[in-house]
Amino acid sequence: MSASILTVDDSASLRQAIKIALTGEGYAVSEAPDGQAGVSAADAGDFQLIITDLNMPVMDGLTMIRTLRGKPKHAGVPIIFLTTESDADIKAQAKAAGATGWLTKPFNPDQLITVVKKVLAK
Amino acid sequence: MSGQDPVAIFRIEARDLLEQVELDLLTLAERQDDRETIDAVFRSLHTLKGSGAMFGFDALAAFTHHCETAFDRVRKGEVAASPALISAVLAARDHMRALAEGEPTEPGVEEALLDDLRRAVDGAGAAPVSTPPSAKTWRVRFSLPPETFVNGGRPLPLLDELRDLGPCEVTAVTDGVPAVEDLNPTDCRLAWDVVVTTEQPRSAIEDVFIFVIDDMTLDITEVVDEPAAQAVAEVVPDAKVAAIEPPKAANSDAPPAEGRPRVAEMLRVPAERLDELMDRVGELVIAQSRLKQVAASSSDQNLMTVSEQIEQLASELREIMMVVRMVPVGQLFGRFRRLIHDLAIETGKTINFATDGETTELDKTIIERLADPLVHLIRNAADHGLETPEQRKASGKPETGHILLAARQSGAEVVITITDDGRGVDRARVRAKAEENGLIQPGQVLTDNELLQLIFAPGFSTATAVTNLSGRGVGMDVVKKTIEGLRGAIEITSTPGQGSVVSLRIPLTLAIIDGLLVRVGASRYVIPLSSVEECVELPVEQDLRSAGRSLVTLRDQLVPFIRLRQMFNTGQEPDPHQKIVVVSTGQERVGLVVDQILGDHQTVIKPLSPFHAAVGAFSGATILGDGGVALILDIGCLVAAGQRPDAQLRAAG
Repeated sequence: MSASILTVDDSASLRQAIKIALTGEGYAVSEAPDGQAGVSAADAGDFQLIITDLNMPVMDGLTMIRTLRGKPKHAGVPIIFLTTESDADIKAQAKAAGATGWLTKPFNPDQLITVVKKVLAK
Repeated sequence: MSGQDPVAIFRIEARDLLEQVELDLLTLAERQDDRETIDAVFRSLHTLKGSGAMFGFDALAAFTHHCETAFDRVRKGEVAASPALISAVLAARDHMRALAEGEPTEPGVEEALLDDLRRAVDGAGAAPVSTPPSAKTWRVRFSLPPETFVNGGRPLPLLDELRDLGPCEVTAVTDGVPAVEDLNPTDCRLAWDVVVTTEQPRSAIEDVFIFVIDDMTLDITEVVDEPAAQAVAEVVPDAKVAAIEPPKAANSDAPPAEGRPRVAEMLRVPAERLDELMDRVGELVIAQSRLKQVAASSSDQNLMTVSEQIEQLASELREIMMVVRMVPVGQLFGRFRRLIHDLAIETGKTINFATDGETTELDKTIIERLADPLVHLIRNAADHGLETPEQRKASGKPETGHILLAARQSGAEVVITITDDGRGVDRARVRAKAEENGLIQPGQVLTDNELLQLIFAPGFSTATAVTNLSGRGVGMDVVKKTIEGLRGAIEITSTPGQGSVVSLRIPLTLAIIDGLLVRVGASRYVIPLSSVEECVELPVEQDLRSAGRSLVTLRDQLVPFIRLRQMFNTGQEPDPHQKIVVVSTGQERVGLVVDQILGDHQTVIKPLSPFHAAVGAFSGATILGDGGVALILDIGCLVAAGQRPDAQLRAAG
């Protein structure tokens, strides 16, 4: 069975780009537009990987990661966050919150697929 | 949404984000310290930059970066959201919009905007927005644990990331590699020695290794130019790294700003698909009315039942369809806050702008077509209506002028009013101008309302000096035409010294209306039901009596009427029992004499061909249940004709 992946981003275009890249590889991709929706979706579903933006309305990515890590169900799910170069020390915060890895925007589909495969292989 | 091009989605997203940025900036102009709004602006700019870079909008991403940086400093409390900064970012926003839309931009604009931004951020304009720290050279030595490869780790991306920081010189350290007979190819035995020159702080280098640092060895030292100092090889402590701030959880946990609706439950659909659906619903309504006729002429009970059911369903479908196309006018109203902001600066007037009834909904197509007329009316209110603070003070008014833009639903119409508390329309000047332009005879007796209506006459303009604001070659006649093109009506009332109210009455939708089907001679016509006030009989004796003057008394009021039979040259004898359908456009009303009233009719409006567009009395056509065609009467045009009895012949000709 191919993995289910949740992508959380307030940017619909970015979600769509991720969805196109990953469904092309046979993954099932679900979307959520902010952290809170991301937590609800993760609670309701069964995901092998979560890809999230950090800067989002309603609930930001860091809070979402912390919230998910606080729940036994999501303790082991790998979480990759997306960031831009201006997020200087945010990587440290994200790691402390429990993120597994990151991907710098802009990225191309191949980079995304490589990272996803690598994380899922672990 | 699946299957849609992310780039197309991004364009829409960019438009929304920039609209939100504009609204937020205008909110900040009023409440400088609103944390939530500052965060929201930063977030929007951040998303715009990030997604823009993803989809090849590099110029947009690069330009937005500067504004984002500026707002990051506002967010951190280093810089105040001063009026100058807000104006600079507003201007920059317009440029971003042009970049996102792929519109051509003038060379040098970007630099000028960034200069303004810098000046606004720094007050005096000395330092640039982000002072790039001088580049430093670092020596980075690292090795990964032997089991790295087995665990899926790869050193190459790490080296790539180091290269992203600046010019790099990478040397592989092979000291740890055993002799070939002892070598396990899956072990990572290499180490690396990298000299990188970067403007980024030391923490940026550490960030590269953040997810592998637990298992690896890493040594970062600054390379200082003097050889003597290099010998010391001192690790420069970096205050920023030492004190990694805890995440500002309290802040990021903040609930969403009020008034900003959650978009999670919303679905975006391209407008063309809705138009297509609307078109099909229209066809269904036409087919249904044919079915109704067929059923009525048969004695099949089952067929009649089904026909009634389908009629009910078609009617419900039509109503749902209309609601789907409705969007709140608040979206449109929001744009005018920016206009007022700019107008206040240009005119030097103090303007308080308020909106009311933003949740009132209108068909999306109508909203788009209302934008230009409203811009013109608001400009007029600010430019001609409101006085300067000095003038206001002199006449005992508060210095701040008020403009209220309000919307409310009234039956099948939405009424939009623009109210100002300015000087009101100068009747004497309107009269002088109208006489000068030959619109009226000198000394002609006019009611106050008639005098005010002259403002909407083609070629009329009261501005003695054409200003940059109102005198753009678009007169009130164009505004009136646009509104009437939407089957709406425009009215103005004004009290000297106290201000003016311009009201627009707009039908809720353009595509399907409830109509009253009437017969004149052998042809059938549709009168929009929303303009019908009442239907009365035209007694034969009154018909004969009023042969010269077409006026009928309705509850002590004289109402002019038009004999459509004459107007349309049917060449037939009138029915013995003619009816008068009294229609109105708000203030004015007129009776339309018809031969027979056939009943109500769900009217799917089909536009007239360009060839027939010049025919004034009709606004469109519709297909009837029996396949025949009925023309839809243009009420605005007919009421105007009825109010000027002498013009009847001209309209008829």
